[in-house]
Amino acid sequence: MVMEIVCPAGTPASLRAAVKAGAHTVYCGFADETNARNFPGLNFDRDEIRDGIAFAHDHGAKVLVAINTFPRAGAEPLWHRALADAESAGADAVILADLGLLAHAAQHHPNLRRHLSVQAAAANADMINFYARAFGVKRVVLPRVLSVQEITAINAETEVETEVFVFGGLCVMAEGRCMLSSYATGQSPNMNGVCSPASHVDYHDEAGALSARLGGYTIHQVAAGEPAPYPTLCKGCFQAGEKTGHLFEDPVSLNAETLIPQLAEAGVTALKIEGRQRSRAYVAKVVRNFRAAVDAQAAGLPMPEGMLASLTEGQAATAGAYKKTWR
Amino acid sequence: MSSQSVHLPLFPRLPALALRWVPVTPLSMALAGFARHLAQRHPGMFRRLGRYDQTRFVLDPTDLPISILLEPRGGKPRLYLSRRKLRGDARIAGPLAGLLGMVHGTYDGDALFFSRDLLIEGDTAAVLALRNAIDDAELDLSAEAQAMSGPFAAQVKRLIALAEARTGVALSRHEEIDGW
Repeated sequence: MVMEIVCPAGTPASLRAAVKAGAHTVYCGFADETNARNFPGLNFDRDEIRDGIAFAHDHGAKVLVAINTFPRAGAEPLWHRALADAESAGADAVILADLGLLAHAAQHHPNLRRHLSVQAAAANADMINFYARAFGVKRVVLPRVLSVQEITAINAETEVETEVFVFGGLCVMAEGRCMLSSYATGQSPNMNGVCSPASHVDYHDEAGALSARLGGYTIHQVAAGEPAPYPTLCKGCFQAGEKTGHLFEDPVSLNAETLIPQLAEAGVTALKIEGRQRSRAYVAKVVRNFRAAVDAQAAGLPMPEGMLASLTEGQAATAGAYKKTWR
Repeated sequence: MSSQSVHLPLFPRLPALALRWVPVTPLSMALAGFARHLAQRHPGMFRRLGRYDQTRFVLDPTDLPISILLEPRGGKPRLYLSRRKLRGDARIAGPLAGLLGMVHGTYDGDALFFSRDLLIEGDTAAVLALRNAIDDAELDLSAEAQAMSGPFAAQVKRLIALAEARTGVALSRHEEIDGW
């Protein structure tokens, strides 16, 4: 069976590009704080999401709507409206993280398929099975901190479908619980849908040397000719004592295309590509590459050569936690 | 570690040098008219800019001796071209092929930024909003130029195709996959 490719779309044009490039499924969000990619100029209004879903369905693809931030006290109706609007627009599923919102969805939208967002950080079978029993969750997006062996163990103990990230920005923290961005900017992916928001980022180029700042703090300085970084704290370059280096993680992206056969063997249902904040050029290129890879895997053919290095942050890639040596 | 350039074609040196002597005012007026034409045909692009629709963007093609100041002004854009260094709220600098390649979906802006082919300064959020708004508009500047050329559309099409072939700069929209 062909593994499902779940592809990002930050705009209607990206959604169309993903579908035309061979995406089985596209995920997207509303243009507000209900989704974890609440960036300027990005996302969908109600008409755009309805049209996007119709386009995808006409081409045999599914659309998942991410409503995966944690509702603020007193502002829950914004998240409740997003659920209702996703259902009426014809979404194939919603991707949720908050327990209260899951309960609301199960009670008021029982026919709307529920997926558990990576933001819920469900990293063991007991927790995943709890979400399935309590809220009827059908699929879980696993955090990017698990090895292939751990994913195999989870799949052995749950009937819930598993979806894993295979390409794109690499979040190295326990997702949904990381507050680093808040310390520097007052905004986080959990509450505001933005990690290291662009409104708090600035770059300064002096004779080719580039400084990248977040909330006024210099997170990186790179010499002329070195890859430019995005200033997220978890991938910052810091001084500690006499040492200077990336304390948490290098500015690299995840690329697990060579692990697709192992992930299939581990029982994974779907492969997720990160990058709703990227352009339609990125989406088309990455989707086409991964669609060719899963088709080859299903046909028992060798994996095609990867061609995605130029698209990655830091222009460097890692297989992340899927291979234990990374930790 | 050194960056891996996307290998953007640079605008040919001789025509670029010629721009040092060509009067910029007529060129500036023509581009401003073109921007207004785009605004009429793609109002959604300006809506997507949201709160950044009053930002002053400096577009700096580094292989040409000119800079462009773009003010979206909520769908009533103003565009100004100059040989002087222009100042604005945000600056996007890179080879013309990269700037137009992003418009046409040939290149990914983040990848050009990571590889240092593109430099952004000033209001980063405004730059992101502009990039996302233009990316969603699926513009084809060649088709737009033809649409405003009336009976001369065929000649304009041939001229643009010739310029594209000679310079290597993407002046029309191709499949999103072509850039790499």
